[in-house]
Amino acid sequence: MIKLTDIEKVYQTKTIETVALNRVNLSINKGEFVSVMGPSGCGKSTLLSIIGLLDEPTGGVLELDGRPVKSYSDKELAHLRNQKIGFVFQSYHLINDLSVLDNVELPLLYRAGVGGKERRQRAHEALDKVGLSARTTHFPSQLSGGQRQRVAIARALAGRPEIILADEPTGNLDSVMGEEIMDLLLTLNREEGTTIVMVTHDEHQALKTERLIRFFDGSQVG
Amino acid sequence: MLLSYLKIAWKVLLRRKFFTFISLFGISFTLMVLLVIVAMADNAQGAHAPESRIKRMAFITFISQRFKDGGQMNTPPSPYFLEKYVRPMKTPEKMSFYSMFHATPSYVGNKKLELDLKFTDNFFWEVFDFNFLEGKPYNANDLRDANRVVVISETTAREYFGVAKGVVGRTIEVDQSKFRVIGVVSDVPVLRFNSYAEVWAPMTTTKADLRNPELGGEYFAAILAPEGTDLAAIDAEYQQVLKHVVNPNPEVKSLNTHADGLLATFTRQFLGQGESKSDQVTLFYFIVFGLALLFMSLPALNLVNINLSRIMERSSEIGVRKAFGATSTTLVGQFLIENIFLTLLGAMVGLLLAYGALEFISDSSFIPYAQLTLNLRVFAWALLAAVFFGVLSGVYPAFKMSRVQPIQALKGGTN
Repeated sequence: MIKLTDIEKVYQTKTIETVALNRVNLSINKGEFVSVMGPSGCGKSTLLSIIGLLDEPTGGVLELDGRPVKSYSDKELAHLRNQKIGFVFQSYHLINDLSVLDNVELPLLYRAGVGGKERRQRAHEALDKVGLSARTTHFPSQLSGGQRQRVAIARALAGRPEIILADEPTGNLDSVMGEEIMDLLLTLNREEGTTIVMVTHDEHQALKTERLIRFFDGSQVG
Repeated sequence: MLLSYLKIAWKVLLRRKFFTFISLFGISFTLMVLLVIVAMADNAQGAHAPESRIKRMAFITFISQRFKDGGQMNTPPSPYFLEKYVRPMKTPEKMSFYSMFHATPSYVGNKKLELDLKFTDNFFWEVFDFNFLEGKPYNANDLRDANRVVVISETTAREYFGVAKGVVGRTIEVDQSKFRVIGVVSDVPVLRFNSYAEVWAPMTTTKADLRNPELGGEYFAAILAPEGTDLAAIDAEYQQVLKHVVNPNPEVKSLNTHADGLLATFTRQFLGQGESKSDQVTLFYFIVFGLALLFMSLPALNLVNINLSRIMERSSEIGVRKAFGATSTTLVGQFLIENIFLTLLGAMVGLLLAYGALEFISDSSFIPYAQLTLNLRVFAWALLAAVFFGVLSGVYPAFKMSRVQPIQALKGGTN
């Protein structure tokens, strides 16, 4: 489903060249739950951004469903992000000016053929799954960190994507809340077959997933 | 989707109240000034009584005589010239000759009134459509017999007689002569200098010599064409007529004059020095449009600046939207809609300000008898200008924003 061949990411300034990813080769199959671990600055988040089409590699080939991503136009990339991928960010990235419901509806806003009624219905379903159906009219600032992360997961679920990319989804949460979020992701993977790639610092959480990949200084080490 | 954009736009406006106020003030104030100018232009040039048929009207307001020694004289034509050469023209449906207005003293008891007096022919009342409050206009017989009768404006009736109605048949002293009032009409704005006066009298009652064979004088001609499209044909016939004019002054080398639409009577005079073959209306529109653009670009630039800083603030939101599938085009659309929303709000405030300003000008004697109003046309202009503002100030920031990589936006940068 996702195939990375010799993926490189180099950040270049006038004086310094920083290698964030160094010839990464990786395949992730449909329905897998993969966790990526490594120290800060080892390139985990960069990897996730590249898989999620938020950033472009400076070298190598990324393929989605057998087609190189480079061959897609900007519009097609936007379409892929909308239809295929759902993101969960460490710092939630909710839009503070929108209510919980409006935030969760966001991916469907950019999907052709989904009307307002269906949008709301699917957003309610997603909020149900994360146990926040009573908070639809609240604003992000009125929620706890755990609740915000659950809204972010509901937003990723609302679009029913095949792949969920989670960047340290439990990183800002206490252990109890972290367990809850982890259980949610595991259920999603088991029951709906959603492919999940999760970046984490927490080995305990990572060991719950099917496959653990370790990174160090931009390279895959295990 | 639109509702979601508007919700966000409203929240963003409320979030930075001071900047919102500055933006709105810039837009509103600029629009107010533009609206006042448009209302004044509409008052002077639009189709309003007594010039509701202005689109079918041509005017001869000056003749330019170039002398053999290189000198030039621009004056209105004389009644002699108009009667002899213009009256026999075939293309016009109707035509009227009338003098420029000039202030004449008049006394009511010990009170001195300055009344603007205009001498006209009897066709004046057919070419222009005055609103008669009472009485009637003078006719061909009054002209022939030089009857001392006048039509006066409502304000003149009030100021001279103390009442606006019931003054027909009474005597008024104007230009050191006594006249009988035979009609009262609604006031005419002074900007309508062709039809404007406070007292209108038959031209045969003037003390000036109407038979003086000089070509220059102080009379104008208003010509009513059968259709608006016939104005060019009228000027063409007039140009033919001019070829047969015998100038009593042997020092005059050439004669240049046109039968022009109302706007062209100004533009040919001021932009073409009276001699241009073109009526200069296009040039005039270019200049006006250019000045308006320049004037509007100041608040627009201010908005561009504010919008750019708003982008920095909303970088994370832009990143999230991109991450969940928003295309660059969708985001540009969203930002433009937000901006147009802001400028439409500014337009509403601007309309209110303009309404107040127009009321103030109309009530003051700054422009006598000006009836400046916010009509539908002016309102449409305001909306158009507001949308123009919105697009002008939103395009560059929106374009810049749409180029940002999603990951950069999420990290809070725009480069």
